[in-house]
Amino acid sequence: MAELLGLAEAVSSLVHDGDTVALEGFTHLIPVAAGHEIIRQGRRDLTLIRMTPDIVYDQMIGAGCARKLVFGWGGNPGVGSLHRLRDAVERDWPAPLELDEHSHAGMANRYAAGASGLPFAVLRGYSGTDLVGHTTTLAPITCPFTGEVLTAVPAINPDVAIIHAQRADRHGNVQLWGLTGVQKEAVLAASRSLVTVEEIVDALPGVPGAIVLPSWVVTAVAVVPGGARPSYAQGFYDRDNAYYRSWDAVSRDRDSFQRWLAGL
Amino acid sequence: MSWTAEEIMTVAAARALAGRTSCFVGIGLPSMAANLARRLHAPDLVLVYESGAIGAKPTRLPLSIGDGELAETADAVVSVPEMFNYWLQPGRIDVGFLSAAQVDRFGNLNTTVIGADYRHPEVRLPGAGGAPEIAASCKETILVVRQGTHTFVDRVDFVTSMGYGTGPGDRARLGLTGRGPVLVITELGVLEPDPRTCELTLTRLHPGVAPDTVRKATGWPLAIADDLAETPAPTGEELTVLRDLVERSAPR
Repeated sequence: MAELLGLAEAVSSLVHDGDTVALEGFTHLIPVAAGHEIIRQGRRDLTLIRMTPDIVYDQMIGAGCARKLVFGWGGNPGVGSLHRLRDAVERDWPAPLELDEHSHAGMANRYAAGASGLPFAVLRGYSGTDLVGHTTTLAPITCPFTGEVLTAVPAINPDVAIIHAQRADRHGNVQLWGLTGVQKEAVLAASRSLVTVEEIVDALPGVPGAIVLPSWVVTAVAVVPGGARPSYAQGFYDRDNAYYRSWDAVSRDRDSFQRWLAGL
Repeated sequence: MSWTAEEIMTVAAARALAGRTSCFVGIGLPSMAANLARRLHAPDLVLVYESGAIGAKPTRLPLSIGDGELAETADAVVSVPEMFNYWLQPGRIDVGFLSAAQVDRFGNLNTTVIGADYRHPEVRLPGAGGAPEIAASCKETILVVRQGTHTFVDRVDFVTSMGYGTGPGDRARLGLTGRGPVLVITELGVLEPDPRTCELTLTRLHPGVAPDTVRKATGWPLAIADDLAETPAPTGEELTVLRDLVERSAPR
């Protein structure tokens, strides 16, 4: 059963130096507060996994938490580059960053394989691209029934998955809705999971189309109202597009980023 | 009326969506064009955003592909694995809109790195995202790229998404089910793949643009179609609706 913990306690007990950690959320419900807590606790040598690294991974990479990034698209959506990510890849600052680079379809399938307890997933993708020569975690595979050559990608099974959800009940059953990305797959693929939520309620009300993650597949729940900001939580608050735009100037040079970091 | 480079590209891209049922939409100009088309000649066009929104009907242009309004107005909201596996991969989507930092003469796209060394690039770009599979599996793709010798290159530094590879036959050999890029829309005109060679060829000029201007903005010896046409100028209605959409979507 999921334990109800404070955010600091949950991060310190679930996330260790050297772990493989996935913070998931596709634009919506990004667990930003948990990412900031990882920075504050000074975690190092993490392998960070995420389909679409955005601002919070820029911050964690700039803060020196990461050794490696497993990803599909790293940018500030609608705004431009992640300058801390670029600085790490282009100039090894604050440390070199190893990349395991995929497409979104590949990442989604890697999580689905992880959640399914399979060693790999199969998709029709990557053919003809230069990812084939540079990414070692993909390989051609021949369909045993039709002979079609497809692409295999290995499962992702993080040590820890961290997501943000709208709410949980007192037993730790978690409910999320709206754009739910790969969060369900990430939690089910991981050895441990932390879910930050907007609120705890006595009983989960029925919400059409909502995902429920039963308490017994979740390790810890922490109440963090606003924990997805500047991303959003449907039904609670909107995406802070102005913050995404303003992050560009903060992350563009090392000094302004370090001032931001000192104030975290 | 006069118009900006972005406006002529957007109007040309919106017109290209006439008669289509569904469109896989990326953020920025593609989203602007698809939403413009829905307000003009394609009210039933199904907009698919890879964040999971199918049939989104936003009233303002989203900043990201996952803005809240997309899910709230969608016919269906699905997970990302479902989006790629059930909706995109089987070829259900008519047209995909893509952009890139570089496009080459065979319509291959680069959104990964600028420079010859992948490990130590001159510029690290965001990466693939949904593009490789959109390029592979949509029935057709439309590319929207600003034209200059840095963006229209003889060979892309990195093939993130396949156009026609090295020429005719490559897509079929690699098992890509979609037809590939059928139009490349720039602020100067429109290029289409030559039916025989697959090489991007200038087939249309936007009003007031000379062929030589396009040649100079292309990083390979540009082929020009014998029956070179001119894009009809944006109409007052197109520009009014587009400007209203942009105005309404401005940061508040």
